Amino acid sequence: MSDERTLQIQQISAHPGTVPGQGAQREVEVAKYIDVTTCIGCKACEVACVEWNDHPFRETTFDNTYQTMPTTEWNYYNLIKFVEHERDGNFMWLMRKDQCMHCADPGCLRACPADGAIVQYENGIVDFQQENCIGCGYCISGCPFDIPKFNPKTKKVFKCTLCSDRVGQGLEPACIKACPTGCLHFGTKSDMVALANTRAKQLREQSGFQNAGVYDPQSIGGTHVIYVLHDATQPELYGGLPSNPQIPPSYTGWKWLAKPAGLVMAALGLLAVFFHRVAVGPKLPQPEEPPPAEAQPDTIEAKRKEKP
Amino acid sequence: MSSSVERFDERARREADRVGETVVHRGELLRHPVYTRVLHWLVAISFVLSLLSGFAIYSPYLFRWLTPLFGGGPTTRFLHPWFGLLFDIFFFFQFLNWLVPMLWTKADSRWLRRIKEYTTNEEKLEPEDVGFFNGGQKIYFWAIVVSGLLFLISGIPMWLDHVAPRWLVAASYIVHDIAALIMLAGFIIHIYEGTAAQPGTFRSMTDGTVTKEWAWTHHPAWYEDVTGRNPREDYERAQRRQRERARAIEAWEHEHETRERINEPGTEEFPER
Repeated sequence: MSDERTLQIQQISAHPGTVPGQGAQREVEVAKYIDVTTCIGCKACEVACVEWNDHPFRETTFDNTYQTMPTTEWNYYNLIKFVEHERDGNFMWLMRKDQCMHCADPGCLRACPADGAIVQYENGIVDFQQENCIGCGYCISGCPFDIPKFNPKTKKVFKCTLCSDRVGQGLEPACIKACPTGCLHFGTKSDMVALANTRAKQLREQSGFQNAGVYDPQSIGGTHVIYVLHDATQPELYGGLPSNPQIPPSYTGWKWLAKPAGLVMAALGLLAVFFHRVAVGPKLPQPEEPPPAEAQPDTIEAKRKEKP
Repeated sequence: MSSSVERFDERARREADRVGETVVHRGELLRHPVYTRVLHWLVAISFVLSLLSGFAIYSPYLFRWLTPLFGGGPTTRFLHPWFGLLFDIFFFFQFLNWLVPMLWTKADSRWLRRIKEYTTNEEKLEPEDVGFFNGGQKIYFWAIVVSGLLFLISGIPMWLDHVAPRWLVAASYIVHDIAALIMLAGFIIHIYEGTAAQPGTFRSMTDGTVTKEWAWTHHPAWYEDVTGRNPREDYERAQRRQRERARAIEAWEHEHETRERINEPGTEEFPER
């Protein structure tokens, strides 16, 4: 399922023209499935992520919760959000593993102006190519999940790669491998959706979570990281997971329609002044030197008059 | 405030004239002093740099063409805000310098109503109430003022977009583009009018001078202001003189041709020796 061919590129940011080799192989979409209801908040996935990506250890922030730091960082792709929640008068801990969602329609990729800085593989992984990144940071404002993070030193943006290097070699992502409770799963998108739906049904029927469901937001074409939530009607409870994630219209309608239209208008403007010069001609200081010739009689008209 | 601005501009012009020089030959008028010219080209250079580096990021179709001019994508991204800031700073001084002559008047509204005649060259001479700047130039100036402000307001969140809120950056992106397209439209027309469309105009920004003929053709009211003479009368006088000159040349040519014919070899009357 996940050999090197799954790293065939499907979409490239800011790339005019087609993607080389697109659709050449039969491809399987992969997905990470996170069962929030069985997460115990052990942070093994956080450590595994830091380990696999060889990131230096960051200082953690203490804010009276168990959360390691407020948000993911440019060298901390994976963060468990700890939310203290009250349900039917009882305390409940909502622990959600936050990372890049690998959207089917990625806002970061749409916003990016640098050719080839963000690619989407045919297996659904959205990956940043830092050597092509120009550090403009548009991806940050294009992302509905606040995931890409700017490294002020290198002026490049980083985020979770879904361990594309591991997946390309037929391995599961590092976080999946580290999870002790089995709340993290990795496989084909269809398998993961089926598994998630089964678990959600179980939660609804046997555990009294009537609103349990799968989080796979269709407003961005679905994601390649899906959650099972106790209450899928209120994803915002889980550390600000948007119920209806949207890409800003400036990166969709404006960028792909109005911008090319603006370029065409500029080109037409250049042509217009050129042909104005050719057809209408310049405004010369008056009186013109030499004075315009006397109006000549139309030669054809003159010949016609001569004939009869 | 305006008086202090005037004092500043007057001093700047005086200082610039001390360093630079504008030679006004016979039959010419001083159009732009050294200070204005230097400012104009500082604005122009920073604008062109901003335009090229900005358009590299504006569209994927231009990215690979324009980023190499600035040493690749990351340097283009780094330099563009600085070019833009320079543009805004230089243009601010030009704004102070030109604020008074750029104020909109009734004559400009009249000029705007006959824009069709202007673009189709139906009238060879501008109306007599057209002053130092015409309505079109004033529109371009105020478009730059508005765009320059929009660029600055929308540019700052995009410059610092890793700290600015997401919606602000996304909205600024559109505002920045609209300002750029307004500026580009004006810029294309500006360059065309200043060079190919109106011969004799470009030198006003290089040498600083224009011919009197240029002045009474394009800015008659300004011509009247600086010379104290009636632009139409001077034009008609020049036209009369031109006709007389043409007639004299024709007469001379006619006489010359006749003499040549007479002296042609083979004609019997004056055989050549």
